[in-house]
Amino acid sequence: MRKNLNVIVAYTIMMGLIILVGIFQSWNIALSIFNLCLISAVMTMGANIQWGYAGLINFGIMGYTALGGLAAVLISVDPVQEAWSAGGSNILLSFLLIIGMVLLVRYVLKKYEKSKVRTYIVATIIIAGIIIIRFVSEPGIEAIEEVDPAKTGFLGGFGLPIIFSWIVGALFAGGLAFVIGKVALGLRADYLAIATLLISEIVIAIIKHEDWLTRGVKNVIGLKRPAPYEVNLQQTDWFINLVEKFNLSKLNLITDLTERQTALNQFVIEGSSIFVKLCYSALFLIVVIILLILTQKALYSPWGRMMRAIRDNEEAANAMGKNVVKQHLLIFVLGSAIVGIAGAMLVTQDGLFTPGSYRPMRYTFLIWVMVIVGGSGNNFGAILGGFVVWFLWIESAPIGLYLVNLTTAGLADTHFLKVHLIESVPYFRFLMMGIGLLLIMRYRPKGILPEKIEIK
Amino acid sequence: MDYINAIVLLLNYIFVPALTYGSQLALGAIFVTLIYGILRFANFATGDMMSFGTMVTILFTWYFQSLGISLGILPTALIAIPFAIIFMVGYMLLIDKFVFKYYRISKSPPVQLAMVSIGVMFVTQAVVRIIIGPSDRRFFDGEKFLIKASEFKEMTGLNEGLAIKSTQVITIIVTLILVSALFLFLNKTKTGKSMRAYSDNEDLALLSGIDPKKIVMITWIIAGVLATIGGALYGLDKSFKPFTYFNNMLPIFAAAIVGGIGNPFGAFLGGYVIAFSEILLTYAYKKFFMYLLPESLEPNTLVQLLSTDYKFAVSFSILVIVLLYRPSGIFKGKIL
Repeated sequence: MRKNLNVIVAYTIMMGLIILVGIFQSWNIALSIFNLCLISAVMTMGANIQWGYAGLINFGIMGYTALGGLAAVLISVDPVQEAWSAGGSNILLSFLLIIGMVLLVRYVLKKYEKSKVRTYIVATIIIAGIIIIRFVSEPGIEAIEEVDPAKTGFLGGFGLPIIFSWIVGALFAGGLAFVIGKVALGLRADYLAIATLLISEIVIAIIKHEDWLTRGVKNVIGLKRPAPYEVNLQQTDWFINLVEKFNLSKLNLITDLTERQTALNQFVIEGSSIFVKLCYSALFLIVVIILLILTQKALYSPWGRMMRAIRDNEEAANAMGKNVVKQHLLIFVLGSAIVGIAGAMLVTQDGLFTPGSYRPMRYTFLIWVMVIVGGSGNNFGAILGGFVVWFLWIESAPIGLYLVNLTTAGLADTHFLKVHLIESVPYFRFLMMGIGLLLIMRYRPKGILPEKIEIK
Repeated sequence: MDYINAIVLLLNYIFVPALTYGSQLALGAIFVTLIYGILRFANFATGDMMSFGTMVTILFTWYFQSLGISLGILPTALIAIPFAIIFMVGYMLLIDKFVFKYYRISKSPPVQLAMVSIGVMFVTQAVVRIIIGPSDRRFFDGEKFLIKASEFKEMTGLNEGLAIKSTQVITIIVTLILVSALFLFLNKTKTGKSMRAYSDNEDLALLSGIDPKKIVMITWIIAGVLATIGGALYGLDKSFKPFTYFNNMLPIFAAAIVGGIGNPFGAFLGGYVIAFSEILLTYAYKKFFMYLLPESLEPNTLVQLLSTDYKFAVSFSILVIVLLYRPSGIFKGKIL
């Protein structure tokens, strides 16, 4: 109990802060912060597996998140029949061509010794393949994008419940990580960081501009939900009764019947959006808890000990007969898959997929701040980091506004400095994150909840 | 005649823009490479440091414009740059003293320094946005074109015009002067040589009596000069927007690594490699072939290898290929 005291205290404070937001701002805001905190926690767990367990830097978190989001679209949207009949065959054919090209390259790589000629052959196959695929896919893509471009203009998905996309998102992200890992894991730490960052930018560029698959910057809106819709809830009897029961004391103060009815309606509208958010919270909490149990088990398993050994001394681990390359690849795939789940969860919650919103600041660097601040190598720390940093990221605007008002209290409301500062309040979050990160790195380099390894 | 038209077309749409963009990237890449070679970490705050320098330049430009000072046909920013450099160097040294010095002295691993630079990136970005805001700013004044497309057509009687913006010429000339001065400094002066020695082998350099504090200080000063000028030139040529500068960090990194990180000359060339390949691969060659080929063979598509949406992706793919086949870069990195 005492060993875990700091964990319990830290989480209690965090929950207290969110509850304070609920009391002083609104429960709606508090719950949306809480939900995004949970999603951030999933992402930080993924990054923490890679960085904390194995010491791999992955700056490509943004790419995996977007891929998870793409999975949500491809799983839940109904297929667009017209688009399929217009250009589906071309797309399928080019898909087969890609597979054929990969197999051919693999065959050449296996069959022949490493030589200049082989490199040229591989390069020729790839270039010729790309040209052929372009010729095959172009008419198909054009046809697909012409099908009702204001509404669809893409192939659509499979029309399955969106929850499945959480698993598919993990598979997508894991698959991409496998390819990237095969290619880039041999690089030194900081090269790996840069390479993954740039590869994730390529992924985003593809998602943004391949309209036939993702609708690109036209966004996909109105995705299916795993939770009920507010409008339906507001007309359901049991829900109205529930809201009435909760607010009985307040409603009893109002004697006028019509006024009571309008007040009740107000409560029902508020209550419905809170209820929907609670549904999401429950779903997300289940994911976080499952992942937490799995990662904790992994951390204290022989496998976890081996990973730490590899992290702390690669050569020694290698000498003990551990396959470092294979383990690195495995953990790279696992961590990325978890990030993919988070990406799918994020799109599920928002109900829309906006490729333009994936930016490295928000989806890569912020997640890294979370991991470092929370405590790398410690799952509870990483989750806490997700909570703390996301909370500050959202609440820094009100805090900044308060600080600006406090420091410029002596100035007139129209003073140019005050007006300017109040306008730039949204950017105080960057300042706060940066200073927070620098202070933590300097004075508590292992994070709020440092890694501690006990032999059980 | 058609051949000349085709060549002018390529000059106008590929060569001149790529040379300008390449020069801007090259300055940033040398900045990255110097920091990597001497301070030994990947500086993720590169883009934002450049945007900080540009912001100061813009503020000085506005101040001079309000005083009525101008350079006639040249942009006022050129007088503002030296003042901005002084300010920027101060900022760099301040950051070094309060942030990076601690990790350098405690010999932290490069990864930790890279993380710290992310903190610096956040702070710098916040400062820039709080002071000047996130919107697009143009601060160019003076004569816009050196040669206008229509004038060129009149002069030569060709179908294709060649437009040369004055900012393009300024960018290329300033880059050439700056880079040659830098190489003279690194290769001929005693301080420059000691910097190279320090980059090559830190322990040996310390043994032979080179003062690390001085080396680090000079590195930051040069970095400040490069960041300010590189950023200001980019801003003059296109426009200043903090978010674009942050994004520019990525091709700059690509240029530095392609050229061999730690090697300033490689970084210089790497900038042009990236710029030319980005533009060559995304240019639509339809018109070019229309000039060269007989009418019957004229292409009916755009003859574009990749759509312009993938401009950034091109440089990143080059980087990935270079990293895979030659991790030390085209020009052998890790020596200054």
